[in-house]
Amino acid sequence: MDNSKKTLELHPFFEGMDPDLLEVMVCCACHQEYQPGQFIYREGDDANQALLILEGKVSVEIFATQRGSLGIQTLGPGDILGWSWLFPPFKRRFDARAIELTRAVALDGNFLRQKADENHRLGYELLRRFSRLVVERLQATRLQLLDIYGKHV
Amino acid sequence: MNALIRDQMSPAACVIQRFKKETQDTFTIELSPPVEGSSFHPGQFNMLYMYGVGEVPISISGDPGDTDRIIHTIRAYGAVTSRMMTLKKQDMIGVRGPFGSHWPVEDLAGRDILFVAGGIGIAPLRPALFHILNNRARYGKVLLLYGERTPGDLIYRNQIERWRGRFDLELEVTVDSAREGWRGNVGVVTTLMPRIVLDPSNTFAMLCGPEIMMHYTLQELMKKGLKDDQIYISMERNMRCGIGFCGHCQLGTAFVCKDGPVFLLSQVKHLFRKREL
Amino acid sequence: MTKNPLKVADEVVIERDDLQQILQVLGDDGYQTIGPVIREGSMEYGELKTVAQLPIGWRDEQGPGTYRLKKSEAPSLFGYVVGAHSWKRYLYPSIARLWRSERDGSGFRVSEEKDQSHVYAFFGVRSCEISAIDVLDRVFNNEQFSDSIYNGIRKKAFILAVNCTSPAGTCFCASMNTGPRAKTGFDIALTELLDNGRHCFLAEVGSERGASVLNKVTFRAAGEEDDKALARGLLEGALRQMGRTLDTSNLKTIFSDNFDHPQWEKVSGRCLTCGNCTMVCPTCFCHSIEDKTALDGQYAERWRKWDSCFTKDFSYIHGGSIRSSEKSRYRQWLTHKLVTWMEQFGTLGCVGCGRCITWCPVGIDITEEAKAIMEKPNTL
Repeated sequence: MDNSKKTLELHPFFEGMDPDLLEVMVCCACHQEYQPGQFIYREGDDANQALLILEGKVSVEIFATQRGSLGIQTLGPGDILGWSWLFPPFKRRFDARAIELTRAVALDGNFLRQKADENHRLGYELLRRFSRLVVERLQATRLQLLDIYGKHV
Repeated sequence: MNALIRDQMSPAACVIQRFKKETQDTFTIELSPPVEGSSFHPGQFNMLYMYGVGEVPISISGDPGDTDRIIHTIRAYGAVTSRMMTLKKQDMIGVRGPFGSHWPVEDLAGRDILFVAGGIGIAPLRPALFHILNNRARYGKVLLLYGERTPGDLIYRNQIERWRGRFDLELEVTVDSAREGWRGNVGVVTTLMPRIVLDPSNTFAMLCGPEIMMHYTLQELMKKGLKDDQIYISMERNMRCGIGFCGHCQLGTAFVCKDGPVFLLSQVKHLFRKREL
Repeated sequence: MTKNPLKVADEVVIERDDLQQILQVLGDDGYQTIGPVIREGSMEYGELKTVAQLPIGWRDEQGPGTYRLKKSEAPSLFGYVVGAHSWKRYLYPSIARLWRSERDGSGFRVSEEKDQSHVYAFFGVRSCEISAIDVLDRVFNNEQFSDSIYNGIRKKAFILAVNCTSPAGTCFCASMNTGPRAKTGFDIALTELLDNGRHCFLAEVGSERGASVLNKVTFRAAGEEDDKALARGLLEGALRQMGRTLDTSNLKTIFSDNFDHPQWEKVSGRCLTCGNCTMVCPTCFCHSIEDKTALDGQYAERWRKWDSCFTKDFSYIHGGSIRSSEKSRYRQWLTHKLVTWMEQFGTLGCVGCGRCITWCPVGIDITEEAKAIMEKPNTL
């Protein structure tokens, strides 16, 4: 448990979070390890975890019938994987697969959701931090959509 | 200025010694220089003339330490470059140059160097990287971030593999989208920035790629504490004469062909991203 | 009469009827003399053999989008100012071949064009035009390169200036500090003196070359009280007759602060982007580089042609034009003339000749456009 606490404290995502709220995170944290090629989750799965990647590389993918798995984004140490547990219908929208041996801290989404309902200060902190993440990803996605290296930009 | 500029407007015919297809729309040609040899500074460009078709500015992408050949990597975007793609070994191509400003690699000895390349922007940066690797002990940490559309669009693939094997060069490649089997990064080049560690007091960055990509990369570099006089960018405008006379490449006060293409950010920040300037 | 040879800065008087001697001497010295002549209802610069070819007794009336030659009572030789042409077309031809090339096996041979043989004497160069030539001198000699066509012609050109005593309605050289009197940059400068039956020219020697020409013509000493005083009076009067003004005190700040001023949009509603202003401007130097190739692909030529920043193609890079709106192209032209030129060449790109105002088909007036922005700067 102490080990998890330290990991969370040092993670940029939780920077500046009040200790009592961080304590709640620690309560529902556990270490995970994924082998290269192993699916962390698949599209349609129940979304009940957020993963703080400590080591390794994870590919977020979508499966297209004729084209196979298409990589959308690669995440690495310091990145957060998964926010579908925060919003209905609490289902995974993409596949997530470890490309390299990946170590991560998983937070229990159901637990956090329940705690956030009870403690709005916690809820606000979670939403604030996850919204920022969503915005950053959205901005990056918009740039990706532009096809900036193509002929016509 | 340089041996290759005999007359500034007349191309010298050079023989293609090697033609290498890099990707479906990108190729590298290796030319033997006309008599005198060809020295250039990293970041400079030549005007390449395809006989009877037209002339285009293309940056030099070879090793500045090797004056026996002139190397250009060209992406077939327009009429002239598309026709150039049909060239083969022993064909001739006209060369005028080298023109323009350069990456100030000589002045940056002792510094950490960050290269950020987007698409074909890797080609103008490569001579600077060659220079630094040739003189590796004179520089600090060296990082290269390279973004492309898809894995199939990556150029210099073999070389990148070799570079990846070096312990004295950090290299990250990312693509906008990839099919199964790609083990590298997916995401725009800016998404790599939060993951890298820079010493803002000693790092100089050189950026080359589409303006949008450079714009967002600059924002990430600012977040990391880099200042305007630590960042060099390469600009693109309509360069026709290469010598500052024809006026087509003007960007505010600058003639990109003569005062650029490489600028210190503080020189052009007020012009950068200004609409229709 | 034995005379001491003339020196630079000497002033003498040449009678109207002796002016032809200058043309004679220039011709004998091997110059091809170009000067003002009337063609198709307007004054142009063309081959000049005799004084009689000058637009004697003609005046010009100029305003936004209008140019008219009017016959006047006075038999003056230089009673008009400038027409659509400037000396630019002789120093920097509107179209020039740079090289020719033939296929040679799998390669090609290039032969450069060496035709810069013109030796011109420009007869009747206005002060604003001397400034314009000075501007082009800076353009075509940057710190790294020098244009061989321009400089080949320019070095040999003889400049006979004529001071302006009756500016046009579109003139604003006084604002740009480029006239009406030529101060430097000429070989000889004339001021036409025409009153009370007197018709002569006060001639100032501007160079050794000018002195050697004048030494071969008939002249008399210039009187301090009559000739010189009259010339001074005429030029002072001209200063007060400027049809237009332009405040140059704060151009850089004004235009960099007003990049998005609504006036740009407003003027673009009138501007036809025809490029007339750039063609008549004595300092506009932009050109295109074009290749011509024989159908069999065995022969090619490269040409340069005057180009205009008002075309959409001008700023084209793969994917599209940088300046695709009319507004951005007008703004580029005006801010280049009045702001960025200074940083590029150490001088403004506008000499106040007024041609762009006169020859604009819709009468857009650079001084009015600049004023509109200066008077109501963007407060956003």
